[in-house]
Amino acid sequence: MTFVYEKLMGGRSGLTGFIILAVFLVVVLPLTLDSFRLNLVGKYLTYAFAAVSLVLLWGYGGILSLGQGIFFGLGGYGMAMFLKLEASSPENTAIQSTPGIPDFMDWNQITSLPWFWELFNSLTFTIIAILVLPAAFAYIIGAAMFKRRVGGVYFAIITQVIAVILTVLIVGQQGFTGGINGITDLRTMNGWDITSDSAKYIFYFVNCALLLMVITASRFILTSKFGSLLLAIRDKEDRVRFSGYDVSNFKIFIFCFAALVSAIGGAMFTLQVGFMSPSFVGIVPSIEMVIFAAVGGRMSLIGVVYGTLLINFGKTIFSESFPELWLFLMGGLFIAVVMFFPNGLAGIWHDYSHHLTKRLIRCKDWIGNHLSNITNRRAGENPQ
Amino acid sequence: MNASANTDFTLSIEGLTVSFDGFKAVDDLNFYLDKNELHVVIGPNGAGKTTVLDLICGKTKSTSGSIKFLNQELTKLAEHEIVRAGVGRKFQTPSIYENLTVFENLEVSYPSGRGVFGSIMFKRTEEVSNKIHEISREIMLEDALETESGLLSHGQKQWLEIGMLLIQDPQLLMLDEPVAGMSVKEREQTADLLKRISKGRSVLVIEHDMDFVKRIAQRVTVLHQGKILAAGDMEKIQNDPNVIEVYLGH
Repeated sequence: MTFVYEKLMGGRSGLTGFIILAVFLVVVLPLTLDSFRLNLVGKYLTYAFAAVSLVLLWGYGGILSLGQGIFFGLGGYGMAMFLKLEASSPENTAIQSTPGIPDFMDWNQITSLPWFWELFNSLTFTIIAILVLPAAFAYIIGAAMFKRRVGGVYFAIITQVIAVILTVLIVGQQGFTGGINGITDLRTMNGWDITSDSAKYIFYFVNCALLLMVITASRFILTSKFGSLLLAIRDKEDRVRFSGYDVSNFKIFIFCFAALVSAIGGAMFTLQVGFMSPSFVGIVPSIEMVIFAAVGGRMSLIGVVYGTLLINFGKTIFSESFPELWLFLMGGLFIAVVMFFPNGLAGIWHDYSHHLTKRLIRCKDWIGNHLSNITNRRAGENPQ
Repeated sequence: MNASANTDFTLSIEGLTVSFDGFKAVDDLNFYLDKNELHVVIGPNGAGKTTVLDLICGKTKSTSGSIKFLNQELTKLAEHEIVRAGVGRKFQTPSIYENLTVFENLEVSYPSGRGVFGSIMFKRTEEVSNKIHEISREIMLEDALETESGLLSHGQKQWLEIGMLLIQDPQLLMLDEPVAGMSVKEREQTADLLKRISKGRSVLVIEHDMDFVKRIAQRVTVLHQGKILAAGDMEKIQNDPNVIEVYLGH
């Protein structure tokens, strides 16, 4: 019991925050929002996976990845490939010159399904691929960088470059990837209509459950010795190395874990939004994910979820009225947060609640004193 | 002496050279450290003292020569392997994890759960906790275990870093200017601490403060321009005309 309490929930304050978040996502939002808005929240929450991964990687590990979109995208494309194959049954694609392959392949004069698409006919393979491939890719990048002690701004730039390369690759190879339009027209999953309202509700709750599980797993990692070591590596890498640790292995692990978490978000994105495109892979989405984490509080697994929701609602509202101003506004917000509130929303909340509890305690003491004064006086008036 | 022969020395350095763009910071150095010896290295700025420690702990790779620790060649090992072999090194400026408590600093340095999964599954057992308390008593920080270490005084930070090494029970402890920036009282306490912890292990200290050196040293080596200028006990060093010329006279 203490294991669950301390290790998985992070003690009293962690547990309170977790329960409030869970109630907010699972009870309050579904009761107050219509299915369109709820689906929108579901979409935003898939970005929260990437934001949570950045808490581990950037907040604790001090490794700034400007390429979480890579892994979000890989997860999303994996799921999209499976759904696309199902949507491309020979009956559905009878008008194509080669029926039974995705429409964009037919448009690009491809006449048979490539082998790596063939594999995604199986849902089991797809799920395994979503969980393994992005992490494996992260392992390759991580091993190449961290074993050579590439870090800091160089690492950030390299992740950024890989995100660009992946985008260019997807756009360029449109016969295999659907190009700039992405993979669209996804309808069913094992025969189940994923565009129906009921499916959207179910995906929303599955998404919330997965997000809460990811937060719990992350909490478990951060409260272990590994978590202390991450902070130690961030602040004094050499001291950790000269205390007998192979620092690169720790960085590689957390980078892979962050990739896995982002990929789950990407797969849930495809399921809820019904398509996947390169615009969720490249520079802009990757940097947006960093902004979600910064605004929510990069040291807070819970805070970044609120940060993600807040920024995305802001984006939806503002970009409808002032589309050309939104990017400036978001950039300005990012700079302001980093300069004035380095711990983001979570930091503001922590300071404020601290202040409030102090005040409440003072209030309680004051009332307590007065009450005892009154009772003392009464006792003095009625000596019996 | 044959370079490949096994010896009784804790540390035996032979023909060690490192050059940075042609500048030889350490030049054909031979140096031996006995078991249970507390040895102090002194010398003017730029003599190569810190570089020697960097070479031993693997922070800098040597150009040529051999460093043997308990007859194991260190020049081929990675930093963490050298630490695991039993070499601990304290840096010149206190190098502790300021955001963690004193307890956590010591726990992070505890020599088990050193792999990725080992550290995730690491449990704060009674054994770990007892060891941390024992070390914190040794370094005079038992009352500060729950203090965030960034809030400690400069001297306490230095002790904490020594404690972080002690918890790994190294056979060779290397300290780079352990009393720099300390008050007189702290220097005395640190001298006593070093005498206590040098029992059962070899200690190599770099220091500038001659009073402190006199207080602790069994043997002293003077480095100058990457070479050994003189070696022996304190009295001999103080009366050596070469040493007075390049170092003590200033």
